[in-house]
Amino acid sequence: MKGLLVLIALFVAVIGKNTFKGHQVLRITANNEAQITLLKELSEQAHLRLDFWMEPIRESLPIDVRVPFNSLQTVKDFLAQNHIEYRVMIEDVQNLLDEEERQMLKSRPTPRTTDDFVFSSYHDLNTIYAFMDTLVAENSNLVSKIVIGQSYEGRPLNVLRFSTGANHPGMWIDTGIHSREWVTQASGIWFAKKIVTDYGRKPSLTNILNNYDIYLEIVTNPDGYQYTQTINRMWRKTRKPNPGSDCVGVDPNRNWDAGFGGTGSSNNPCSETYHGPSAESEPEVKAIVDFVKSHGNLKAFVSIHSYSQMLLYPYGYTHTPAKDQAELHVLARKAITKLQSLYETQYKYGSIVTTIYQASGGTIDWTYDQGIKYSYTFELRDTGRFGFLLPANQIVPTAKETWLALMAIMKHTKNNPY
Amino acid sequence: MFCWVSLVLISLFQPSPALPVSQEPPVSCRGWLSGPADHLNTIQQSESESSAVDMSTGDLEPSHYPARRAAQVVLHHLNTRHGSPFRVFGLKEVHRARAEDVASEGRKYDLDFSVTDWASGGSVLRCSAQVLFSRSEQHNLPEVQCQCEGLQQLNTSSDEKDFYHKHNTPDHHVSAQDIPDSYGNMSQEIKPFWHLAHVAASFIMLQESNENTEYNMAQVASVTQQESKHNQLMLKYHVLLHDLPSQEIIHWKLLASWSPDGGVRVLETERQPKCPHNADLPNSTVPTTTFTAN
Repeated sequence: MKGLLVLIALFVAVIGKNTFKGHQVLRITANNEAQITLLKELSEQAHLRLDFWMEPIRESLPIDVRVPFNSLQTVKDFLAQNHIEYRVMIEDVQNLLDEEERQMLKSRPTPRTTDDFVFSSYHDLNTIYAFMDTLVAENSNLVSKIVIGQSYEGRPLNVLRFSTGANHPGMWIDTGIHSREWVTQASGIWFAKKIVTDYGRKPSLTNILNNYDIYLEIVTNPDGYQYTQTINRMWRKTRKPNPGSDCVGVDPNRNWDAGFGGTGSSNNPCSETYHGPSAESEPEVKAIVDFVKSHGNLKAFVSIHSYSQMLLYPYGYTHTPAKDQAELHVLARKAITKLQSLYETQYKYGSIVTTIYQASGGTIDWTYDQGIKYSYTFELRDTGRFGFLLPANQIVPTAKETWLALMAIMKHTKNNPY
Repeated sequence: MFCWVSLVLISLFQPSPALPVSQEPPVSCRGWLSGPADHLNTIQQSESESSAVDMSTGDLEPSHYPARRAAQVVLHHLNTRHGSPFRVFGLKEVHRARAEDVASEGRKYDLDFSVTDWASGGSVLRCSAQVLFSRSEQHNLPEVQCQCEGLQQLNTSSDEKDFYHKHNTPDHHVSAQDIPDSYGNMSQEIKPFWHLAHVAASFIMLQESNENTEYNMAQVASVTQQESKHNQLMLKYHVLLHDLPSQEIIHWKLLASWSPDGGVRVLETERQPKCPHNADLPNSTVPTTTFTAN
């Protein structure tokens, strides 16, 4: 029985979704060579999609086979016709998997300290939230958690605040606004740990934090993230239903009040770039807007996406160059040079509208027009080979190189107060 | 041998002029009656038409999207001609680009760029190409001429021959899903099938490309090997394409063949409708078993 559970555990690890409903596992006992031959022939019927856990070899060995629901009748008829004995070992494979998964979840070890956290893996929402709380507990002098609002489905919108004193101006970083861009949330976790590790040890980060607060929202779209974990890995938008439509969700990076509804966003709820019924209609966006306005003293704002390997500055909604374009361009070049110095990852940089595409209602267009001069958006690795499905072993290298660019931006912000 | 395709002799590449589309009745979304599914299919098309195309003429900024989109089209073309289970080209960098309007025909791009072989540890080739995006009423295949240094040195590798012999057998047919998986993982055994999917998808991406699109293959939803025909491996694929400007994920089913001598050919294609519920694939049957080696 234990061997069976191990096999099942493998299935759970590989196939987390509901794909074995109604499947049965039969244990077949062949009485003679002729029956073995018949069973081998049965195994060759590709259309039955039989999955032999123990192949027909000789009559002294049991033969275990997983039979999909649609093939059950055929297989059982075949066995009956040929007088081959069998019994049903597993009535419903999916039920067993579900139960196994429930048990595994209960006994899954959560990292006790952020030093034990595995940064080179993708994690589920609960694990990320637990990480945040642990980080705060371990560094309560430096880090606190602010809940800036609630997602549509009622999840907390958590922001980590790194601060060494009151009334400091701030810099903002967000990751995961588009839920399928998994390397961004994963990098955000790494940034959080990096900040607490380097404070007091690395002069430039220490210098920045002594004068500025850093705000980090790691899972900016938690409803979307949960959906990518459980149902659809390619989900991008929020999960708010659209009245009168079967299609769900709004593109949170088209929902800001900057050129809202213009070219480069869609008015079709079924579209991936649907801007929503009105600017700031999404609670995930409104929460940040409210935070920025009430803080009133943010000096840099970086919103992180993937993929394409780009560092972009405003505008996206118009071809009119930003007033500070020259400075933003030079700083982007500096930041990219730093990034490339680590692993030679090639980045392009420029304004959104010229470099990637025209997009209206975007985050950094709004923050820039609010007066946050150093407003940038990243598109992290890669350039399309893996796209959104970036292998986990690239998380840490991506986070490390991106951090160099972020530091360049934060340093420049600090050295050029306005 | 140069990989260019003459504007006159478009029929040289397989298949021509357009990919065969399934004659079966249109696939519908599970649990959803006809109608809206068609509407959903036109999202990407209408959006790409409504967004303004950068009409700059003359020298183009190589890192900006007009040059990059044109270069990406050449990549699709290159892969249809030279791609294999062990060779898939990706765009490395555009060095120089120019564009000009060609009266009553369309817009022609002149490109100087580098490509890298994703499948073989990143060897880099320098290329130059011309791409013509047609302006005519009916959708026309972008026309590509390209020359790459070192392309003529490429020949069938022993990896390809081994792979072919290993799988050109009626005994075990490969069947797998979600390549790569959500975490970017895939087995070493399945990797060549992933590369093949990309090559096959390149036929579709080439066909679907215009100045408002920028395609990559996002994932292989499934691969099911069929009985070999005429000594070609036969593979049924369900692929997810990602278009950057619209950010849409478009599902296509296709049937492709490959052999070391025959290269990749696409025999059937069927675009899948975008389903509102987005979760499940339309008409999906009970999934196949996971891939087993040897």
